[in-house]
Amino acid sequence: MQPFDYLKVGSQAAALEAARRGGRFIAGGTCLVDLMREEVERPATLIDISALQMREIVATGRGGLRIGALVTMAAAAADPHIRTSYPLISEALELSASAQLRNMATIGGNVLQRTRCTYFRDLSAACNKRAPGSGCAAREGYNRSHAILGTSAECVATHPSDLAVALAALDAVIHLVSGSGSRRVAITDFLIRPGSAPEREHALRDAELITAVEVPALPRPVRSGYLKVRDRQSYEFALASAAVALATRDGVIRAARVAAGGVGTVPWRLHAVEQRLVGGWPSAQLWRFAAECAADGAEPLRHNAFKVDLLRRTVERQLRIVGQP
Amino acid sequence: MSTQPEVAVGRPHERVDGRLKVTGRATYAADHAIDDVVFAVLVDSSIGRGRISSIDTAAAEEEPGVLGVLGHHNAPTLPYEDNADGSYNPPGRRLRVFQDDQVHFFGQPVAVVLAESLEAAQHAAHLVEVTYHVERPSTDLSTAIGAEPVTYVRGDAEAALDPAPVRLDLTYGLARNHHNPMEPHATIARWDRGRLTVWDKTQWVGDGTQRELATVFGLSTDDVHIVSPCIGGAFGSALRCWPHVAVAALAARETGRAVKLVMARRQLYFGVGYRPAYEYRLRLGAHRDGRLIGALHDIRAETSSYETFTEEVMVPGQMLYRTPAVHQVYRTVPLDVNTPTYMRGPGYVSAVHVLETALDELAHEIGIDPIELRARNEPVADPATGLPFSTRRLQECFTIGARVFGWADRDPEPGSTRDGDQLVGTGVAAAVYNTARTGARAAVRVRADGTAVIQTATTDMGPGTATALTQVAADELGLDMHDVTVHLGDSDLPQAPPHGASTTMASVGSAVHDGAHRVRRSAAELAVGDPCSPLHGADPTDVVATGGRLHLARDPRRNDSYQALLTRNGRAWLEATGLYTPPAEETRSMHAYGAIFVEVGVDHRLGLIRIRRMLGVYDAGRIINPRLAESQAIGGMVGGIGTALLEHTVTDHRDGRIVNPNLADYLVPVNADVPNLTAIFLDGRDDHADPIGVKGIGEVVQIGIAPAIANAVFHATGRRVRTLPITIEAMI
Ligand SMILES: Cc1cc2nc3c(=O)[nH]c(=O)nc-3n(C[C@H](O)[C@H](O)[C@H](O)COP(=O)(O)OP(=O)(O)OC[C@H]3O[C@@H](n4cnc5c(N)ncnc54)[C@H](O)[C@@H]3O)c2cc1C
Repeated sequence: MQPFDYLKVGSQAAALEAARRGGRFIAGGTCLVDLMREEVERPATLIDISALQMREIVATGRGGLRIGALVTMAAAAADPHIRTSYPLISEALELSASAQLRNMATIGGNVLQRTRCTYFRDLSAACNKRAPGSGCAAREGYNRSHAILGTSAECVATHPSDLAVALAALDAVIHLVSGSGSRRVAITDFLIRPGSAPEREHALRDAELITAVEVPALPRPVRSGYLKVRDRQSYEFALASAAVALATRDGVIRAARVAAGGVGTVPWRLHAVEQRLVGGWPSAQLWRFAAECAADGAEPLRHNAFKVDLLRRTVERQLRIVGQP
Repeated sequence: MSTQPEVAVGRPHERVDGRLKVTGRATYAADHAIDDVVFAVLVDSSIGRGRISSIDTAAAEEEPGVLGVLGHHNAPTLPYEDNADGSYNPPGRRLRVFQDDQVHFFGQPVAVVLAESLEAAQHAAHLVEVTYHVERPSTDLSTAIGAEPVTYVRGDAEAALDPAPVRLDLTYGLARNHHNPMEPHATIARWDRGRLTVWDKTQWVGDGTQRELATVFGLSTDDVHIVSPCIGGAFGSALRCWPHVAVAALAARETGRAVKLVMARRQLYFGVGYRPAYEYRLRLGAHRDGRLIGALHDIRAETSSYETFTEEVMVPGQMLYRTPAVHQVYRTVPLDVNTPTYMRGPGYVSAVHVLETALDELAHEIGIDPIELRARNEPVADPATGLPFSTRRLQECFTIGARVFGWADRDPEPGSTRDGDQLVGTGVAAAVYNTARTGARAAVRVRADGTAVIQTATTDMGPGTATALTQVAADELGLDMHDVTVHLGDSDLPQAPPHGASTTMASVGSAVHDGAHRVRRSAAELAVGDPCSPLHGADPTDVVATGGRLHLARDPRRNDSYQALLTRNGRAWLEATGLYTPPAEETRSMHAYGAIFVEVGVDHRLGLIRIRRMLGVYDAGRIINPRLAESQAIGGMVGGIGTALLEHTVTDHRDGRIVNPNLADYLVPVNADVPNLTAIFLDGRDDHADPIGVKGIGEVVQIGIAPAIANAVFHATGRRVRTLPITIEAMI
């Protein structure tokens, strides 16, 4: 680990001021510290924001929910409001990492966590994300866990967050604040595909802080859930996952939200699948028909071609689990 | 002659060191509080083959707290005397740390940074700039050329197979597996006036580490002292003294201070050995009724370019079933990788997987029950040696297992049972492992306070050796267990074999038994000759001991305590060295056996295989401690689940890099993957094997698990996967 300065701040203003002088926020530290140990990340200063007041989960006037950036994954997963109104969020969280990690890790940090691509984490390997211009060792290397959607010549790494998949399905909005004021960005605009600049992963500006994640209200009545497919039954990132919310009235699907994880360079919203669902009657045929287009546009690599089928099947299965009357 | 009663042996005693371990007070290698240590961190090569052109240490040396950097550019020449037969060094020329500029594999230690703090050493290790002359490594077992093979021939298998009514030609691929013990390899080394002390994670304080270091540094073994009282798991990874141990000792000599070197998890994927990957082609010929006619085994296994590692992968194919004609060709394939090593159930795990899935295929092919097929091929004597079996209760294991597991209800049709989204299937496999014994010694001393101390240079990597030895000693001495202390893990103690290959109880347990027996006999003799003893004048062979008192077997009222006897006679202690010497020539075929039953559920749409339940029935001779035995079996089964479904060390053949050198990417089973596991050990003992009747447990419990799972997967889905691990992509 490269030596660094550590600064614990007591207010948002102090955090932003410190960040303007250069430095990285640290929340739970579960992602950042790991990467610092490997010297993939080498911040000169850490700004510990854990004392800031961003630990609340509150209902918004519009029937949605605002989750403070410092709410831990464990606390969010256990929140009664989230559990009843947004099971896809609590399930995505409970299927993430381990109990110990969830006790430390925060919602803000989760969205910003970096890829698990092993070449990214291995300093001696070529990686455009870590060392722009050095190449991508994964594209022709061992890429079983890598993305099939949203890739570029420069990068094929997945965004590993489960939570972000649920948030993408829900059209969640990231609340940001910086010295020049606050703003809101939709999660799907906030997390950026690699393109020709894979080192740029999100729309966060310099010295800008995530304060909360807002989840809008869903049409009601709604059922939702998260399915995560992986080799072992716990403590592993997704090979494919599906976040699904379906609002059904009078036996007809009125609204559908579907997103996939483990397959994209960003959480992958599946609008085409949603369109096939809306207006339909829940049935095995509908789930299959809708899921058929889940992997459209996929560009499989040498070791991850199985994800194309796996993605369709994961979406189909989760549509059935959520949508079957 | 009266028999000494057994009180402790056979009982499920808690571990004698259990409290120490769960309260965090057990001292593992890196935990020894040695004053004034220097921290060492290895720099590993970032190429898979070639030469080091330069090592720039300037930036590293400028870091505060850094004492220096050692590499081939400045390291002294070390003797590295030949140590071919002394340790587990395979034939070849072992890696000589910092003795030349050659890079043989990705991750080879090329330098070591020494600093006053671990943090400084770790950071400075990143600052060492190494440049290389790079060559393209060869790491792909499937394309590389093998060395001269070892062969085994019995009958004419080729000719026998030709007219066989049923023939199978099956090719298997078995992935490389790493041991991944919880405790990383770690060493503290210190020199005191020419004498080297090493606190190390090692399963073999004797020849394995002591003698290896003596030959590396050109010392007498008397000048090398190895201490390893606690081991946090090893599974074979600590059977050999790996290069980093020599690095620590070298650094300690160069700095004149104690040096502590703890491997990072990542470094365990190339700094120590692993179970080699295999390509295994098996051709079988059988009669329509399932009786085997012949077998041709074509075995290829990876080894390093500098050492030829082989293991007992040929044995199961020679002896597990009556097979008139067997032809085996075992070829090691030298690659630009580090040398493999023994891993729990070495050789047998791999060979039995192939044999037992092949037998399942045969059973399916000819339409008979897989257990019946095994019964039809049960030999009457060891098919390889012709020797009678000491004990072989494999069929009994199957019979009992079938009853307990409910095998009779099984519909043999693959894909016939469904439970929601899961296809459900069951599978069986046999397990076998050789009962090996090695010479061992143990010092046994009973003191005038009525307590006893046992000393032997074996180690305890986790199976509970210290506990089981305490039980054996307590019973033979007639003491309560809490009055017996076992000291192990120190090369100054009486010599013991490596703590591996399931030999420890048979060998060291027998030596302890012998030593305790001698001490009790000398106590009895002392008593019968002592006019003040209630036992005066009795026949010493009629004297037994229980609860710390010597007494007549027929008349417990005539008794004398060790304490009173020794005190009266002015003896501070009675002691003896117990010995175990295996027979020069075996007259029996000795193996532990097992029958494994598994039920899986396969969500075949998503490719997910889930173990629903597992049963192992074992014929392992005498069980000294059922609780420890069960815990061994559970550990072995979990290891087997890993091998079957998850574990796979992945190499990027472009540069020889290990792609998944961490526990997030190298998957081992987590609790959620492990369902109800049951182990049954048949009552009994094997008196041919050794004086205490044990056959060894540690290995056999990991054998046969993977094939039972693979067979259950086939039964569930009708899909036969011949590569391990069986992953999602193979199932969808
Ligand atoms: C072994 C392991 C397994 C895991 N498995 C899963 C899994 O299955 N699914 C899953 O989704 N995740 C998984 N994770 C990732 C885990 O969820 C993240 O590490 C965690 O959510 C990050 O949160 P944190 O608070 O610890 O972030 P930190 O490590 O503190 O920070 C991460 C990044 O976010 C920045 N940051 C943090 N908070 C803010 C803020 N408020 N404003 C601006 N920037 C901020 C930091 O500067 C840093 O760049 C796993 C992690 C580990 C180590």
